[in-house]
Amino acid sequence: MKIVARRPQSLTSAKTHYCPGCTHGIIHRLVAECIDEMNMRENTIGICPVGCSVLAYDYFNFDMLEAAHGRAPAIATGIKRILPDRCVLTYQGDGDLASIGMAEIVHASARGENISVVFVNNTIYGMTGGQMAPTTLLGQVTTTSPYGRKKEEAGYPIRMAELLATNEGSAYISRVAVNNPANVIKAKKSIKKALQTQMKGLGFSLVEVLSTCPTNWGLGPIDAFKWLEENMIPYYPLGEFKIKEA
Amino acid sequence: MEKVLMKGNEALAEGALTAGCIAFFGYPITPSSEIAEYMARKFPLLGGTFVQAESELAAINMVYGGASTGARVMTASSGPGISLKSEGISFISEAELPCLIVNISRGGPGLGGIQPAQSDYWQATRGGGHGDFHIMVLAPSSVQEMMDFAMDAFDLADKYRIPVMIMAEGTLGQMMEPVIPRAKVTHFIDKPWAVNGCKGRAPNVVNTLHLSPEFLEHRNHVLGEKYSLIKANEQKAAAFLTEDADLVVVAFGLMSRIVKKAIMEVRKKGHKVGLIRPITLWPFPEEEIRNAAQSAKMFLAVEISMGQMIDDVRLAVNGKVPVEFYGRIGMIPSPEEIAGQIIMLAEREGF
Repeated sequence: MKIVARRPQSLTSAKTHYCPGCTHGIIHRLVAECIDEMNMRENTIGICPVGCSVLAYDYFNFDMLEAAHGRAPAIATGIKRILPDRCVLTYQGDGDLASIGMAEIVHASARGENISVVFVNNTIYGMTGGQMAPTTLLGQVTTTSPYGRKKEEAGYPIRMAELLATNEGSAYISRVAVNNPANVIKAKKSIKKALQTQMKGLGFSLVEVLSTCPTNWGLGPIDAFKWLEENMIPYYPLGEFKIKEA
Repeated sequence: MEKVLMKGNEALAEGALTAGCIAFFGYPITPSSEIAEYMARKFPLLGGTFVQAESELAAINMVYGGASTGARVMTASSGPGISLKSEGISFISEAELPCLIVNISRGGPGLGGIQPAQSDYWQATRGGGHGDFHIMVLAPSSVQEMMDFAMDAFDLADKYRIPVMIMAEGTLGQMMEPVIPRAKVTHFIDKPWAVNGCKGRAPNVVNTLHLSPEFLEHRNHVLGEKYSLIKANEQKAAAFLTEDADLVVVAFGLMSRIVKKAIMEVRKKGHKVGLIRPITLWPFPEEEIRNAAQSAKMFLAVEISMGQMIDDVRLAVNGKVPVEFYGRIGMIPSPEEIAGQIIMLAEREGF
């Protein structure tokens, strides 16, 4: 019998707690495959956030830390400065990274901290039950914007990839999506590029991954992909915003 | 080794380096900034990491990351900065990460002032963050002890896997005294729990999230047992002329040296007065106080605050004899002022 697909070594066999249709599972797998392919599992230290992926330390099969809300880039800094040859990776959601952790991410990028960040943007606070995030789109209904996000009250959604790309310390910044197989393949390539950027010592790298939250969006998984394509991608364009070569 | 004239903050930093500290993460704040400045000068020459963090929050979380690797790491600040670090201190306590946190304290509340104070006693000894936890707190009283306690702090932190705080009044950080340098520490205990890459072993996880109520309770018992062990083993105090004392003054830090001078003056007048100086603020040296309460007629807590440590003195004395208080805030009481207080009490009580 020929094995054509198997769980990456960098994932444990634990069943995840993610909702049906959630794309965290895909993104976890992409990260794990990249680390396996780069033969870095025993050399990697991951930091998970507060948010839906708070339990990622149960799913990634390498050394892990669980951070306070928003502080993962600061923790990653502490580790990487002491162990510069390790692959140090944070995995953060949009509430964690773009709201309470805004200072930590901007300054890690400004310092050119040699870490990689996987930033999962689903425009909503998932774990706490669907509240408005800094990335929530105008008009989007959440439990704390029950009449739709209004610019007069809550301002505008933040484009993190574009914002961080302006920092000199950023070496690789991209935005990808996981709403269809073609985009999933592109997302994996981008995550690998970010990790390679780190291992070459070029500076800060971040991949923003547009993701879905069927549960809190109140949509089925297929409709959620469609919503992502029709609403998120026009506001959050895909692409590479910063590439520093050597 | 020959004595060297050093500033308190620099002696503390030098002690940390001597103890094998290889990273400092901090944010500037008066009156502690010389510690960061000293590290910024030294680490590029010695090999090691200095990061000026974007905030106190980031600094303590860099400590969380650095300590997780098993390295000896530290941060330093003052009261307002320690308030911001409280989130991280709670996380570090539950993750059981050894590290050194320094509070060169000033007067509060709010922005307060930059004059020396001891009004962060509650913050330091009652945890200062959310949840059931304690950190160890050491209170030096000389520039030599700023250096020595920095070294002791790292040993205690590693031994018990606990954050250790050095709390010193701003005066101690800023003043200069001769110091005898110490020999460099070269042996460290193994830290098999460290996250540094899982080569040849199962992955390690540093985590403070416990969604199972049974496991959360278990974790609190694990910490509770550790704190009981520390209370039993690590209470430290210095007693001065307490054997025959009718009145025992309790004072810590630089304040205890001023009280000592006052006591020597009052003794000349025939009043039997002694001093207990808590060296560990947590665990509080309750045994020493309890023993003294067997023969003393009265206690007097002297603090540079509105009265915080006095709570612990009262708990230890447990109603056996009266506990009086004298304190200033921002201002430092003079030996004459304290002597006057003692004489007033002695004459009032007739001893």
